[in-house]
Amino acid sequence: MKEYLRNTWLGIYTVLVGMKVTLSHLFKPKVTIQYPDVRIQLPERARNRLYVNIDDCIGCDQCSRACPVDCIEIETVKAVPGENLGITSNGKRKALWVTKFDIDIAKCCYCGLCVYPCPTECIWMTDVYEFSEYRREDLIYHFSNLSPEEALQKKLNYKKFEEEKARQKAAQATTANPNPKQDSGNEN
Amino acid sequence: MISDYLAEFFGNKILGYLISAALPLFLWILPYALYAVYAERKVSAFMQDRIGPNRVGPKGLLQTIADILKLIQKEDIVPASADKPLFVTAPYVIFAGTFAAFAALPFSSVYIGSNIDLGVFYIMAVSSFSVIGILMAGWAGNNKYSLYGAMRSVAQIVSYEVPALLAIVTAVMVIGTLNLNEISQMQTSRFWNWWILGGPVEGIQKFLYIIPMIIAFIIFFIASLAEVNRTPFDIPEAESELVAGFHTEYTGMKFAMFFLAEYGNMFVVSAISVSIFFGGWQSPFGYLGNSLGINWLIPIEQVFWFLFKGSLLVLVQMWLRWTLPRLRVDQLMSLCWKYLTPYAFINLVIVGIITLIK
Repeated sequence: MKEYLRNTWLGIYTVLVGMKVTLSHLFKPKVTIQYPDVRIQLPERARNRLYVNIDDCIGCDQCSRACPVDCIEIETVKAVPGENLGITSNGKRKALWVTKFDIDIAKCCYCGLCVYPCPTECIWMTDVYEFSEYRREDLIYHFSNLSPEEALQKKLNYKKFEEEKARQKAAQATTANPNPKQDSGNEN
Repeated sequence: MISDYLAEFFGNKILGYLISAALPLFLWILPYALYAVYAERKVSAFMQDRIGPNRVGPKGLLQTIADILKLIQKEDIVPASADKPLFVTAPYVIFAGTFAAFAALPFSSVYIGSNIDLGVFYIMAVSSFSVIGILMAGWAGNNKYSLYGAMRSVAQIVSYEVPALLAIVTAVMVIGTLNLNEISQMQTSRFWNWWILGGPVEGIQKFLYIIPMIIAFIIFFIASLAEVNRTPFDIPEAESELVAGFHTEYTGMKFAMFFLAEYGNMFVVSAISVSIFFGGWQSPFGYLGNSLGINWLIPIEQVFWFLFKGSLLVLVQMWLRWTLPRLRVDQLMSLCWKYLTPYAFINLVIVGIITLIK
């Protein structure tokens, strides 16, 4: 009997305590962050979308080699003499046309390993995290600032230069040294 | 009475009464159900320190209207192995039970669907009608979870009707009538004449009645929660155990009917509590119409007070829902048979003894 009354009392009392707790929460400030309107400040070193400042890129391919999932694809063409590519912000002379710098962000695992080896600090993680697309191809970012035509042109230029050089070399070889084997031995 | 007025206005008794009967459906149940769902979501959100719906319309006020529009567009699926006639009629049976109860609710001194002398009895009888609909829905879905939900629901509603009715009988024994309009009428003038505070009784008896009446109200309130399948007694639709209980297989508007019936039922049980214990349509402190001398204002105030008190109790039901976890089946039965029913009986006897005091 005593336990029965105790149970009854506990039943009523605990319900009232619970109701008091929920009632107090009714007037508490809300903790919801209304996401699209309000955003949380991301941590300083948050890793999100990659960005490449192509003006500083010297096309060294180190980021591509560091990438554990091979999501960076770089193609470069050597500059021909006479072409001035300028220098990077930390004073490195650029010697390669970056004809292709593609990052497949769908493959990216946000490890940030590509950021560290970059000699000119031109690839980094931004704080942009909303970049969903309807088609997977749209997630391949093209960072090269050369248009396909320009890239082709650079390739042709270099090819022409190479051919020119080869021809010159051949001409030189035939005129100056009739025996190229000996010549190459001397050079080394 | 508005029904008589409408009958005279249209010159046809049947037409007038039909329109009078449809009034609470269109003027109260539908808008109330829409905004009760909204209130439920807001209350739950606030109690969990969230914001709740706030995108559709200002403060999310149009959210449930958008939901209803969505439900109307949904495909109406009848499972291939369902018992089709039962499956199709079940939601309407449940809703009919709820709507029929509105017939005897005294919304104001001039509007009561049917001013019958057995009002309380009638409401308790028709609201248990929904048990049949629930069992039909659970059985016809041909789904074990639906059937589990329906069986639990029936066991629960049938058990909890005992303490609910005993609590009502306790009050009715003192009141001396089952006519809800008369019950409301006698709790007139000020709130200390409400039956929860002893009613319009003279002398020492009034003070003796207060505690048994409060106990009767609490017992009825708990039992009515179980009868409308609200948390903590929502084991018939226990989401984490039974998918959605008896309405698992329903889609679109049929599903919406269950929701409408649930929220309608919540108001019905609150309205019974209000009519019996909280003065029905009586204002707690006199009428503005009386002090201003505007007679036609009084019935409007009465409607306001009735709906206001009813909605307040609905809010308490929501408050409880977001406070308490679900009871286990054995706890549910022991609460009903071991606690509520004995207390209701003892209460009945005590009130009986008090009525004998001269």
